[in-house]
Amino acid sequence: MKFRLSEHLASLIAVADLDVERTEGPPPSLRVDRDDWAAVARIAREAGMRLVAEWAAQEKDGFSVHAAYAQNPNGYALVKTTLNAGVEGFPSLAPHYVAAARMERAIHDLFGLMPLGHPDPRPWIKHEHWPEGAHPLRKDFAADTGMPRGEGRYPFIEAEGEGVYEIPVGPVHAGIIEPGHFRFLAVGEQILNLEERLGYVHKGIEKSMEGRDAFSAARLAARISGDATVAHAWAFCLAAEQAAGLEASPRAATLRAILCERERMANHIGDIGAICNDAAWGFMHMQCQRLREEMARLHRRLFGHRLLMDCVLPGGAARDLDAEGIEALAGQTQAMAREMNELFEMYEDQTSIRERVIDSGAIQSRHARDLGLLGYAGRSAECDIDARRDAAYPPYDRHPPQVKVCKGGDVSARLWIRFQEIQESARLVQKFLAELPAGPLREPWTAPRDGRWGFAAIESWRGEIAAWVRFGAGGKIDRCYARDPSMINWLGLELAVREVPVPDFPLNNKSFNCSYSGHDL
Amino acid sequence: MKLWAYNILQAALLIGLSPLAAAVLRKLKALLQNRRGPGPLQTYRDLVKLFNKEPVLPDRASWIFRLAPYVVFAVTALSAAIVPVILVHTPLSAVADVITLVGLLAMARFFTALAAMDLGTAFGGMGASREMTFAALAEPAMLMSVFILSLAAQSTNLSTVTDTMLNADLGLRPSLAFALTAMALVAIAETGRIPVDNPATHLELTMVHEAMVLEYSGRYLALIEWANQIKLMLFATLLINLFVPWGIAMEATAVNMAFAASAWLLKLLALFVALTLMETWMAKMRIFRVPEYLGLAFLLAILGMLTHFILEVVI
Repeated sequence: MKFRLSEHLASLIAVADLDVERTEGPPPSLRVDRDDWAAVARIAREAGMRLVAEWAAQEKDGFSVHAAYAQNPNGYALVKTTLNAGVEGFPSLAPHYVAAARMERAIHDLFGLMPLGHPDPRPWIKHEHWPEGAHPLRKDFAADTGMPRGEGRYPFIEAEGEGVYEIPVGPVHAGIIEPGHFRFLAVGEQILNLEERLGYVHKGIEKSMEGRDAFSAARLAARISGDATVAHAWAFCLAAEQAAGLEASPRAATLRAILCERERMANHIGDIGAICNDAAWGFMHMQCQRLREEMARLHRRLFGHRLLMDCVLPGGAARDLDAEGIEALAGQTQAMAREMNELFEMYEDQTSIRERVIDSGAIQSRHARDLGLLGYAGRSAECDIDARRDAAYPPYDRHPPQVKVCKGGDVSARLWIRFQEIQESARLVQKFLAELPAGPLREPWTAPRDGRWGFAAIESWRGEIAAWVRFGAGGKIDRCYARDPSMINWLGLELAVREVPVPDFPLNNKSFNCSYSGHDL
Repeated sequence: MKLWAYNILQAALLIGLSPLAAAVLRKLKALLQNRRGPGPLQTYRDLVKLFNKEPVLPDRASWIFRLAPYVVFAVTALSAAIVPVILVHTPLSAVADVITLVGLLAMARFFTALAAMDLGTAFGGMGASREMTFAALAEPAMLMSVFILSLAAQSTNLSTVTDTMLNADLGLRPSLAFALTAMALVAIAETGRIPVDNPATHLELTMVHEAMVLEYSGRYLALIEWANQIKLMLFATLLINLFVPWGIAMEATAVNMAFAASAWLLKLLALFVALTLMETWMAKMRIFRVPEYLGLAFLLAILGMLTHFILEVVI
């Protein structure tokens, strides 16, 4: 993990004549006054940094609010401020970073800390039936507290005018997908505005993390979003290993990367088919389903789980690869890349699908950068973020990926990036398999001391995952925060479907394919 | 009297076989996608299952909502009774007028749309609005394409048109190519196939016809599904018997009718194979393109008429 940005940000803050307290790492962090919290964000914004995440934690005496910033090629900077006991507000970053808006609303719901100056005070994760004053992430809130059912009304954005109507979609959908509510304002077939209402799959993962040991927590982290299980588990483990002051062996790190790239390939393949299926091109869907299934079966044979759950453990990896496994993986990866290449050519020649995806749901690159859109959603709109390169965690520090970026920001661009990434991931997998270092699979785990913490950013197939872990007494987790890329990319979807016809929404939605579970936690 | 029996028999054949046709279509599609697909009886099982299920009605459903499936089914079944299937001249062929047919189908559509709007849900209204927009363009194109044939047959009666196609020495008529293309385009739109609508989708926001019937369940849904399958069969039969009627029975003898039935089934199969190929190969078009698509059908029909007057009418 690269944290050079920390020093850079500290000097910028000092230049602006604000107090900053440096804490040496690893990882390094900065502490600023509560009143300067938003000013620091303004400085970071003006310096062209992006906001990675904003989260809160309860301290022995009061609360703390944390933020992570990033800028290529300097890596990441962590900033925090403390709220003394009795202080229950902090300046909002939303005026400087749009992406902070929902994170701060979630902080307000879960901690009861008020983001001051926030333009949208509506609850986010907290749904109407939660009682007043229920703030689950406070330590005095027992995890098994019952939430009585209550009535309520969420004030959606409204529009008036002739011919304007609302389309409520979800949270229960006709297909077997996760729950989420979409409220469209439309005129005829044209979308005026999409408003998302999420939180239906809030499972209390952050609360449930508290008090677990690292291994149990890694299992839970692997289930934050099932389609990105390797990346989430890796992010958690990397952060926990930082806290424990140990590093996974080169062999374990390379194995993790192989799994993560395979996960990327499988998800991209599945999604490409699903996107085409949303435009009723069933042929592509069936081919992609078949390829994805073959990958899942090999994963089950080699790693014991079709989706690769619980393969990444604190200190290393769960299963090793023998020569036969390496051969099978390499052979299949190559075959997948070849087949997807053929399908890509068919897709490129297929005018009826190209006609649907080109120019549908385009995001301007400056908007993508303002939001800090992650993963393929960002990279398809010239927002060049890839944690594998930016954070340079092993083994990508030695084998950086060739990050593909393109213009356009429409469904077509997002598809193109995904096709390209399959090829790049296949290349990386082959390379990692060929150069798999010898060595132990797992380092012996030593529980971190009370108060030790770590931060990691991992590029999942969907985009950068940020994880922050702090251990308490007895090696148990005191607070764990995971920022799934969906937290930011859901905003991108809202932006993309303005001025898109209503029936093109599913196509766009699938091309983003944000996680509900990863967002709601 | 005997003719009446044959008339009812051929309608029953069409209605009874229509779930099979839908299943065959699905099976063909599955095969083209390297899948095994459900068996040919699955659609019948689905219908039986739905008929045996208790229908769940929305709170706000009025009598229109409950009545509509019966009207839709009855009207579609009646349309099936007036088109020539294996026998050209039947007692009901006296009313087998293309305008009547379009009217009957419009009535089914009217009730479906009414029922969709009855509940006041967004999807129902959206589906109804889309369906009516498309219908307003599809119906004239459909009429026009049959009118090309009517110009030659001097009648809008479907049986007469078939008769003329079969017996009159028409020679090579370019207007027929226009008529066939226009009618095929309309048929795809009317039966809700790709690239206009996707009958297999689960995405509410993209649906046209399915969006209108989202709230139906149990026997109501069974009737609507069945009516849809009949409609698909009806359009296929219409295309076959108006443009390539060879083999259809002029007299009601057993041999003739057996031959006509097998010819009809073979032609249906060929048509479905063509439809499957197209549905596998194409994606659904953008919704704003559908009016252009139907406009094209209408334009082709007009061109067909012009061609008829320019090249084919001997003054």
